[in-house]
Amino acid sequence: MSDPLDGWEIVIGLEVHVELATKTKLFCGCANMFGDEPNTNICPTCLGLPGSLPVPNAQAIDFAMKLGRALNCTVSPSIFARKNYFYPDMPKDFQTTQYEEPTNENGYVLLPDGMSIGVERAHIEEDTGKSTHLGEGGRIHDATATLVDYNRAGVPLVEIVSRPEMHSADVARAYVAELREILLATGVSDARMEEGSMRVDANVSVRPAGSDELRTRCEVKNINSLRSLGRAINYEARRHVDLWTNGEEPKQETRHWDEDGGRSTSGRSKEDADDYRYFACPDLPPLHPTQADIDAIDAAMPALPAGRRTALAAAAGVDVCDTTLTVERGLDDLVIAAIEAGADPVEAMKHADQNLSDGQGQLSVESFVALLAMDADGQLSSTQVKTVLGELVATGGAPADVAATMGFEAMNTSELENLLDGIIAESPDEWTRFVEGDRKVQGFFVGKIMKATQGNADGKVVNQLMTQKASGEHL
Amino acid sequence: MSSATEIAAAIRAGQQTAVETLEKSYSSIAARDEEINSFLHLTKSRAQAQAAVIDAKVAAGEDPGPLAGVPVAIKDNMCTRGEPTTCSSKILEGWRPPYDATVIGRLEAAGAVIVGKTNLDEFAMGSSTENSAFGPTRNPHDTTRVPGGSSGGSAAAVAAEFVPLSLGSDTGGSIRQPAALCGVVGVKPTYGAVSRYGLIAFASSLDQIGPFAANVTDAALCLDVISGHDAQDATSIPEALAPTLPSLNDGVAGMRIAVIEELVGEGIDDDVCARTNEAADALAAAGATVERVSIPATIYGLAAYYLIAPAEASSNLARFDGVRYGQRVDGENVAAMNVATRSAGFGDEVKRRIMLGTYALSSGYYDAYYGKAQRVRTLIANEFAAAYENFDLLLSPTSPSTAFEIGAKSDPMALYMCDVCTIPSNLAGHPAISVPFGFGDDGLPVGVQVLAPMLDEAKMFRAAKVLEGAAPIPKAGA
Repeated sequence: MSDPLDGWEIVIGLEVHVELATKTKLFCGCANMFGDEPNTNICPTCLGLPGSLPVPNAQAIDFAMKLGRALNCTVSPSIFARKNYFYPDMPKDFQTTQYEEPTNENGYVLLPDGMSIGVERAHIEEDTGKSTHLGEGGRIHDATATLVDYNRAGVPLVEIVSRPEMHSADVARAYVAELREILLATGVSDARMEEGSMRVDANVSVRPAGSDELRTRCEVKNINSLRSLGRAINYEARRHVDLWTNGEEPKQETRHWDEDGGRSTSGRSKEDADDYRYFACPDLPPLHPTQADIDAIDAAMPALPAGRRTALAAAAGVDVCDTTLTVERGLDDLVIAAIEAGADPVEAMKHADQNLSDGQGQLSVESFVALLAMDADGQLSSTQVKTVLGELVATGGAPADVAATMGFEAMNTSELENLLDGIIAESPDEWTRFVEGDRKVQGFFVGKIMKATQGNADGKVVNQLMTQKASGEHL
Repeated sequence: MSSATEIAAAIRAGQQTAVETLEKSYSSIAARDEEINSFLHLTKSRAQAQAAVIDAKVAAGEDPGPLAGVPVAIKDNMCTRGEPTTCSSKILEGWRPPYDATVIGRLEAAGAVIVGKTNLDEFAMGSSTENSAFGPTRNPHDTTRVPGGSSGGSAAAVAAEFVPLSLGSDTGGSIRQPAALCGVVGVKPTYGAVSRYGLIAFASSLDQIGPFAANVTDAALCLDVISGHDAQDATSIPEALAPTLPSLNDGVAGMRIAVIEELVGEGIDDDVCARTNEAADALAAAGATVERVSIPATIYGLAAYYLIAPAEASSNLARFDGVRYGQRVDGENVAAMNVATRSAGFGDEVKRRIMLGTYALSSGYYDAYYGKAQRVRTLIANEFAAAYENFDLLLSPTSPSTAFEIGAKSDPMALYMCDVCTIPSNLAGHPAISVPFGFGDDGLPVGVQVLAPMLDEAKMFRAAKVLEGAAPIPKAGA
């Protein structure tokens, strides 16, 4: 079966809306809190009552600039604009946003595989309220009634607009995953797609492979997870290819992703789209960040995922793309410190990736290094290492103490040798095959020893003993 | 009725009570406001409670403040907690705001008693107070005439001596023009000097709240109370406005003052031009150097204003959609409900300006209309700034004519022309004051306008005080 996308290239640009984790809303003092009783965090300003006025929240502006710098954007003087259209969950029937002069422009996001995705702009705007449409379809067109919760109205958002530089669902997912890491690292958002604090709209079009034209695009909304993002992009791309192949063409429109149905459905057509009549908001003076403001943000910037991956790759002597998991889990500092304290880089990375999926917990660098040494010396079996590591993460302490408490006294080599001799005596045929070079029977002996010791023997040591013994008999 | 200054002094001295002052105000309203229609709503229980508080303070030896017991009327586009606030529009009928405008709090903190809410052109759009959903206000000097607008109710309430002070809002002349037509003092302060928080926006970049008073001193007293920075208004200027009262009687000796040439000629009635020139003579007689200055961009002010103000209004008034408050007319879906509500709730002039503004901001027309109007605005501000390099103050008529007959100006353009003298100050953000200065050929009051650079209200008031002393204050009391 040939891929229907053969001969075509997907063109993807993403618009990612991020709710900033500020204490209060963008233009009033109401709490910015997800999940409260509906319509409790409201005031005249965020309800858009007649006579109310907006006052910018300094923390929101600061977070937005911090995010801009983390996305390698230029931070410039900016203007709030009004985007005018009617919608019941938008209290003023205009959205305060930034249009011609956004706070952040011309940045990029560096993906783990080294690809750079351009960020056109990252502007500040206010969120709308949340509508719940009662009725079968769950959409405004066929609703029997609509309930509106204005708690979300006025929550600060940054809309990150990528350039249309992604050409596969995987890259789009990697870009969003990387954005999420940047948001968490900077602390400006909790970036939860399922709670809507990070919302992704995908602009998708296709073109013949090798062409650089931009064909009609559709904006797919209601994407609630990375998985949905990939599915929605691929569905939409195939739909476009089918249309072009049949001599038709897609209509420029907003489409709604239906996760259960695995398809996108037509929403608002862009042909009769609103004219938003943008103009500078007369209630809000322009923002004029000084160079000192920007320098202060840069100076306080925490290490960001791309830099951390590079540092870890250098310390561990691995490829940058092999550091993603470790950095995502926040274990890069631990691994680098362990390596600096003498731990084997490969072992340190291996344990971080395989045995520390829940993070570092109470595990100290010293204990991690000591445990890796005990492992290398064969003092503990690999099962025991895992168990001890789990205990160190949960409660801390030194690995030797933990191993002792758990009764993991390392079985010494002479005890193991005696045990092995006994098994060899019981199974002379298997031993002969091993001595003659049949390595497949090795597992037979290791298994017997593990059974006899209830897993407390170190498999590596057993292997060494068998090899020594066999080579001795050979001589 | 006595002046605000006299009332406050008498109440602070215990010679008169706030409660009896309030009763007097209400009985004068009861006697004549059926005819004038300056009030839409009287805030009686709130006023009585406040008056009692003032009297109790005096009895306890506390000072209730500079406006102790002074009855004040408020244009009905400023929010008053729990009291109707309609903007003279059916669309807000029945709405009671859950909060007070900042100016209301400042007035009450200074001891003032809010007596009621006054009539206006719907959403402050108009120059005659004829565009009110609740009927026109009549000019107390001649009840067949308009009081001007849009703050016609507040101007008439002072002219009829119902109250010594009132507040209006001025977007293109809505305080100064009715002040001129009603023979009272009206002040449009520097943009940002008085908080707009709680003022229901018409055109946010132009709107400014200011006082009406029967005399210049009372206007200064009130402005000093309501001005000052407000953290709830991001356009509020950080520095406090210099108080105007202390230097009020310092005169104009040595000041350089110029009459704006473009505003004492074509399009302005001869009697109004004559009074303006006489006012210039009075200032010269008081020791000012008086000249003429040409500010050519002035004549483009009207055109720029009627693009910028409607554009902002089209956005500001979008929220009246029937979803959350005010009138709702049902429809088969949300969009139909929005349309039905707005069609029924807004009057013709409001609809006209929403359409104008929507058009001016439309994609493809923005540069030609809104964009160009903004450039004209900058040009006007620059020309005024240049004039203020040579002059301390400028002088012009306030209105091209005296009060006209109700119904006389049915053509919107004829009404728009009423604002030709006042609009430049709003576009530039500068302060201006209208002071009564004699009478027209029809015996009705004429107002002259003193214009000042940004934040120079104190100087502006000194000139106003000189003009007041040079001409009789018109009386329209019953």
